[in-house]
Amino acid sequence: MQGFWRRFRRNRAAVFGLFILVGVVGLALIAPFLYSQSPFRVVSKPFLPPFGEYIFGTDVLGRDVSAGIAHGARTSLLIGILATVMAVVVGTLVGGFAGYYGGLTDDILMRITEFFQTIPSFIFAIVLVAILKPSIESIIIAVGAVTWPPIARLVRGEFMTMRNREFVQAYLCMGMGDLRIIFRQILPNSISPIIVTGSLMVATAILIESALSFLGLGDPNIMSWGFMVGAGRTFLRSAWWLCAIPGIAILLTVLAINLVGEGLNDALNPRLRHL
Amino acid sequence: MNDFILEIQNLRVDLPQGADRAHAVVDFSLGLRRNEILCVVGESGSGKSIMAKAIMGLLPEPHVRASAGRILFDNEDLLQVSQGKLRQIRGNRISMIFQEPMTALNPVMTIGDQVEEVIFTHQDIPRVQRIQRMIDLLKDVRLPDPERILSSYPHQLSGGQRQRAMIAMALILEPAILIADEPTTALDVTTQAQILTLIRDLEKEHNTGVLFITHDFGVVAEIADRVAVMQHGHLVEFGEAKQVLNDPQHPYTRSLIAAVPSITPKRRKPIQDHPVVLTVQNLNKTFRSGAGLFGGSAHDVQAAKEVNFVIRRGETLGIVGESGSGKSTVARCLVRLIEADSGEVNLGDVELRSLSRRQLRPYRKRIQMVFQDPYGSLNPRRKVAELIAEGPMVHGMGRKDALDRANELLELVGLDAHSRERYPHEFSGGQRQRIGIARALALEPEILIADEPVSALDVSVQAQILHLLSDIRDRMHLSLLFITHDLRVAAQVCDNIAVMLNGEIVEHGSTKEIFLNPQNAYTQELLQAVPGKSWIAPQPQDLPSN
Repeated sequence: MQGFWRRFRRNRAAVFGLFILVGVVGLALIAPFLYSQSPFRVVSKPFLPPFGEYIFGTDVLGRDVSAGIAHGARTSLLIGILATVMAVVVGTLVGGFAGYYGGLTDDILMRITEFFQTIPSFIFAIVLVAILKPSIESIIIAVGAVTWPPIARLVRGEFMTMRNREFVQAYLCMGMGDLRIIFRQILPNSISPIIVTGSLMVATAILIESALSFLGLGDPNIMSWGFMVGAGRTFLRSAWWLCAIPGIAILLTVLAINLVGEGLNDALNPRLRHL
Repeated sequence: MNDFILEIQNLRVDLPQGADRAHAVVDFSLGLRRNEILCVVGESGSGKSIMAKAIMGLLPEPHVRASAGRILFDNEDLLQVSQGKLRQIRGNRISMIFQEPMTALNPVMTIGDQVEEVIFTHQDIPRVQRIQRMIDLLKDVRLPDPERILSSYPHQLSGGQRQRAMIAMALILEPAILIADEPTTALDVTTQAQILTLIRDLEKEHNTGVLFITHDFGVVAEIADRVAVMQHGHLVEFGEAKQVLNDPQHPYTRSLIAAVPSITPKRRKPIQDHPVVLTVQNLNKTFRSGAGLFGGSAHDVQAAKEVNFVIRRGETLGIVGESGSGKSTVARCLVRLIEADSGEVNLGDVELRSLSRRQLRPYRKRIQMVFQDPYGSLNPRRKVAELIAEGPMVHGMGRKDALDRANELLELVGLDAHSRERYPHEFSGGQRQRIGIARALALEPEILIADEPVSALDVSVQAQILHLLSDIRDRMHLSLLFITHDLRVAAQVCDNIAVMLNGEIVEHGSTKEIFLNPQNAYTQELLQAVPGKSWIAPQPQDLPSN
């Protein structure tokens, strides 16, 4: 664990990213205490510029933009993390079984994966949200459904090489059951690349969620950064902060997650790995 | 006096900080004459390859660099000359061949282009002459149909042909010195014998001085004029081949030579009347590749063809063959890591192949396997005690009992109790192989399948593991199916031997019969090819002790 932190710290950008990410997570955690009222509540005159009475100003209806940012952080992180967890679980199961069993199982599972991959992911997400009703659950399902195939391919590759390693063959000779080999022996050995890909996928999930909300397909009862950018876009010339501030929030969060993911990669997959 | 074409004086090569020792090579002096083969012998990590790379100026500087001494060639110190001058010497006056010809050749260039490039780099002669010279040399290295070889890519040639092509490339400019770094280690024994003869002949024809690096005393006995023995970067013994091989002085050389398995079969107790534990009948396995969803030509390899044998209690049956002979496939079919196409595998009165995977599970523990690669065969994320205990736990033993059993087994295979809380990467190759054996024994098998268990190990460690295996076999009344390509090893541990060629058992008999009176032509060829077969290593008791 110490070695892990030492290697992670060596990547300066990753530490910077972690710093921002901790800030965003902190903001999300304290949002209900900081802005205990609904972020949809009208607090003042519309179009108050930032850094006045309200730190990020007010929007077209006079809602506090800073409250929206704080509550939007909750939405973005929640959706990013839950959708990624879903994608990683589905991807690992599909890829793991395909890679471990090979043959017909592999063929069937990989054709299904390719089916998901061939549909343009964002359009697919829109269709899914449109079919289900626009709610936070359906957004999580939609984002998860379009992001799992790369994980499945990655895990499949890992499992295929591990499957032929002699230690796995030794477990087979022992008479150990397949599920136990898959989950207790092979999975811990291929967890590093899964963590790295998963962490980067959180950023993708946040972007997809923002884009869906921007198009007005988000949950109408939940404040989100994408929704804020979408609502403010018609006033871009008169009230730039309505788009710029949530836009910067998205940019920083996604950047931070990517930097942390890079750092995790450096720390978890060094060439010479010492446990 | 000084008729050396290459002279190394007090060479020292530094290793980077944090390596397991400060110097790869220390105070190393050696002279190479024209017309001789000088073998440098040592175990892995002895610094023999680093020494060779220092001569060629191929050290991975700045981490590893020569810090003292001189390497004299043509009155110049190779450690001091400019890079440009070194380039002129490399390939032209001193050339090198490597262990693995597949990686040493450029896969996207034809053999002809690669050899021609060597000439082109150093000499300016017309193309017609270049081609003629290449064809002559390919004939010299006994490659059939030189024109075809010149226009082939490396992957289109066999391992032996590639190594011949490498040798041709190394000799095309008639270098004064040829450095060969384990050139036959990756090759099958029959091919190895041909390459050794070839190097010997070429050395005579071309008046080359050959510096031959190897770990194998059999190879040394086959070709060396003089021998240098290295240990931990030091030159511990240096002398005429006859003298070093038959009357070694240094204790390290003695221990190395004593560890070389003898080609004379060991006398063992007869086992004819023991009960049969495993019968294999008409086992067949064909690997099919190439045919995809839309057809295409399938490529069949028959890895097992009507294989029959029995193993008795306490017997060691050796399956001997070259790479691709199907010996590992047969072993894996027995434990159903690979499903055979047809045939019967009877363990006692149970036919294993007809069982479903679930039905098979309780029988699994009666046949266990020890693998070749001590690095890949242990789960890197499990502590040693857990690794061994997992097997019994799968078969229903309680965790505490299983861990106690693991401790007993660690002791049995000669590892101390501290090892149990450590991870596999903290152990040496030989120790890992012991862990692998302990893991297999944890299930109290009746049959142990050992797939090349000592091929990845140094000769001294190899001897210890072989000793451990035979000791355990006798103590626990195990039957051993021992798969190896090394006839010396087979001679030492096996009661009976089955020789495999292209998936078929071509000869099967007692070890003594096979070695003294081989019937099949292929068996005879294999025995002929064992390096150093005429050399009988002096046994420790024959040597004067001091």
